[in-house]
Amino acid sequence: MYDFSKVVITSSPHIKSKEDTKSIMLDVLIALIPSLFVSTYVFGFRAVLMTAVSVIACMVFEAIYDKIVGKENTIMDLSAAVTGVLLAFVCPVTLPYWMLIIGDGIAIIFAKCLFGGLGKNFINPALAGRAFLLASWPVAMTTWARPHSQIGIISNSQEAIDAFSAATPMAIIKGSAEGDLPSMMSMFLGQCGGSMGEVSAIALLIGGAYLLMRKVITIHIPAAYILTVAVIALIFPMGDLSRIESLAYSVLGGGLMLGAIFMATDYSTTPVSKKGQIVFGIGCGLLTVMIRYFGGYPEGVCYSILLMNTTVWLIDKYTRPTKFGAPAKQKKEG
Amino acid sequence: MAYTFRGGIHPGTKNDPGFKSATNTKPIEVLKAPDKVILPVSMHIGAPAKPLVKKGDIVDMGQMIAEAGGFVSAPVHASVSGKVIDVAPMLHQNGSKVLSIVIENDHEDRLHESVKPKDFEHMSNEDRIQAIWDAGIVGHGGATFPTHVKIKSGIGKCDTILINGAECEPYITSDHRLLLERPEEIVEGVRYLVKIMGVKQAYIGIELNKQDTFAKIEQLLNNDPVIKLAPLECRYPQGAEKQLINAVTGREVPSGKLPADAGCAVFNVDTAGAVYRCFAKGMPVIRRVVTVSGSAINEPKNLEARTGTCVTELIEACGGFKQAPNKLLAGGPMMGVAQFTTDVPVLKGTNAFLAFCGEEDKREKNPTCIRCGRCVGVCPMHLTPVYMNMYASRNNLEGCEEYDVLDCIECGSCAYVCPARIPLVQQFRVAKMRVQEKRRAEAAAAQK
Repeated sequence: MYDFSKVVITSSPHIKSKEDTKSIMLDVLIALIPSLFVSTYVFGFRAVLMTAVSVIACMVFEAIYDKIVGKENTIMDLSAAVTGVLLAFVCPVTLPYWMLIIGDGIAIIFAKCLFGGLGKNFINPALAGRAFLLASWPVAMTTWARPHSQIGIISNSQEAIDAFSAATPMAIIKGSAEGDLPSMMSMFLGQCGGSMGEVSAIALLIGGAYLLMRKVITIHIPAAYILTVAVIALIFPMGDLSRIESLAYSVLGGGLMLGAIFMATDYSTTPVSKKGQIVFGIGCGLLTVMIRYFGGYPEGVCYSILLMNTTVWLIDKYTRPTKFGAPAKQKKEG
Repeated sequence: MAYTFRGGIHPGTKNDPGFKSATNTKPIEVLKAPDKVILPVSMHIGAPAKPLVKKGDIVDMGQMIAEAGGFVSAPVHASVSGKVIDVAPMLHQNGSKVLSIVIENDHEDRLHESVKPKDFEHMSNEDRIQAIWDAGIVGHGGATFPTHVKIKSGIGKCDTILINGAECEPYITSDHRLLLERPEEIVEGVRYLVKIMGVKQAYIGIELNKQDTFAKIEQLLNNDPVIKLAPLECRYPQGAEKQLINAVTGREVPSGKLPADAGCAVFNVDTAGAVYRCFAKGMPVIRRVVTVSGSAINEPKNLEARTGTCVTELIEACGGFKQAPNKLLAGGPMMGVAQFTTDVPVLKGTNAFLAFCGEEDKREKNPTCIRCGRCVGVCPMHLTPVYMNMYASRNNLEGCEEYDVLDCIECGSCAYVCPARIPLVQQFRVAKMRVQEKRRAEAAAAQK
């Protein structure tokens, strides 16, 4: 009597939450918009163009890879776009476009697709791309433009770059570069040298708050990461800074916010349990400080996260939640 | 202060938490007895009942028409008076055909002589449990485990009774309406259960979205020294036995064990009501309150129907379908069983029948895990579904066992939150079956 031709038989549950992979990725992109605004304000229109080029390059690389291996096209899940924005954000705004595109290729093809694509990569693609670029073109990757300088939108001559280059606060503290340390307030607002996305702590915090509110990320990793760095900076001040200065510059500088909020919270390359995420965050914090204090680079966020990425399976194994009703003293048999 | 457990989810929207607003203010309507009832001999977990009647017999309302087929089994009673027109396999909610007794209703509602009040105070405990067995009482929450077995195996082991009024499944409001409209039956039923089991404490656990029932229940309890009201935070799956026990008493049922091993016996509120009706009126289980709801239903309602009523009649009583449904469910949306027709009978454990025509369910062609870990956070058994799924999808049974797939209660919280739309529960059901098969094979091999 009734029309049951559309009725589908499936296993329970029969209702699902609204969030899906695409909406999560979209939320991450939205959360990065404040940083893009500040970056554009500080470095000019080239920041927008760099980001757009990187996003398009990442999506094209993924589409080509899917085509070659005969997979269903996956670019509409927007994860490639997120990688594109993040990689652009960890590069200097003066980096030539072609280098950025090569970095995108490394990130998408080698760090992500060859391991099976979304969810199966074991290191953060954007950071892998950055590590590759830093190893290949160390000078271009460490030439930071001074805020509000006349940066060419299409290309910049070496003379021009030399004229407006500035040292990052981290490099100045480390002593590997000369210059006056910017004030804490200018670092908070983004008036200092650095990569496109790392310059303004406040913009990153707004994005982080949005992600927390939308429950895309939880507080565990960023809090554990930032607190670890803060505590060590307070106990062992950097260079000849006072304890408070050391704490402020450590937390606000060197891409820590960008790394802690957007990179160290990448789902595929971080532990799944809350306990594991705290261990991961502390590990990232310790490595960051170690590299900053004792390493050859002034900056430790990128490598600390990449190194911790490789320990995720180990962390997951030892931080598995104790199951409900497990015997108090678990006896391992066999 | 409200009790709760760790993990779980909050289905629903801001304006309609738990999707219950369609029916939670609608009083229970008694559905006219149908012209024909179909009573399967299997409306419970355990051995099927054995028919006592044959085609052509005249039966009275409340008459036992099939006797328990073993200890873990329950009898079946005629829900109308009339003539047995068939004893044959008929379509059941489980999707297969099950031996059923079909009765043509003579609309006289002649009560059977066995239906008369019992003198509870002067009965031996053995007789009381036998009376519950004879009344065909099973767990009315949906799992339909025979109540007499739970009582008998729990006496001496249990010190606490929990009455499950959590009703955490979205859409369902039948227990809510019963608590609101017939709290006397439930509270009296709990008093009977407390006496039979000889426990020192009992809690009626009700979620805060049913606060309108609290005042009346407190009044009926009248500072009872044994029975207390336990308000629960709204959270799915609070009504799962192990989670309810944990929420109210803080105890954890040991892995692979029963609630009795944690000293608790859990009964649904309507099971308590059935116990009351069994002693106070002598009435066996022949009625059932069913929430008919979902986006495809014209006028969602709470209906009291005779057991064996065809679900189509319930849909009719709710004004039919708005548009052709794409999902039919016996039970709630989280653990209910998908149906391909409404031509199935109402059973003792049918607390809801839902029909959807929107996009309540979402599926992906190639679901890809992004390791977001949401499933780990929501699992009420504190398992790691992300790894269980990884092993299950590779058919690695050792991995599934290592990651405790057998502890999964199939509540569906993980699949509900999964942004990749991986059919996790389906994977785990298959994996559990395979692991159990493997264990049986190993046990058989060891015996040889």
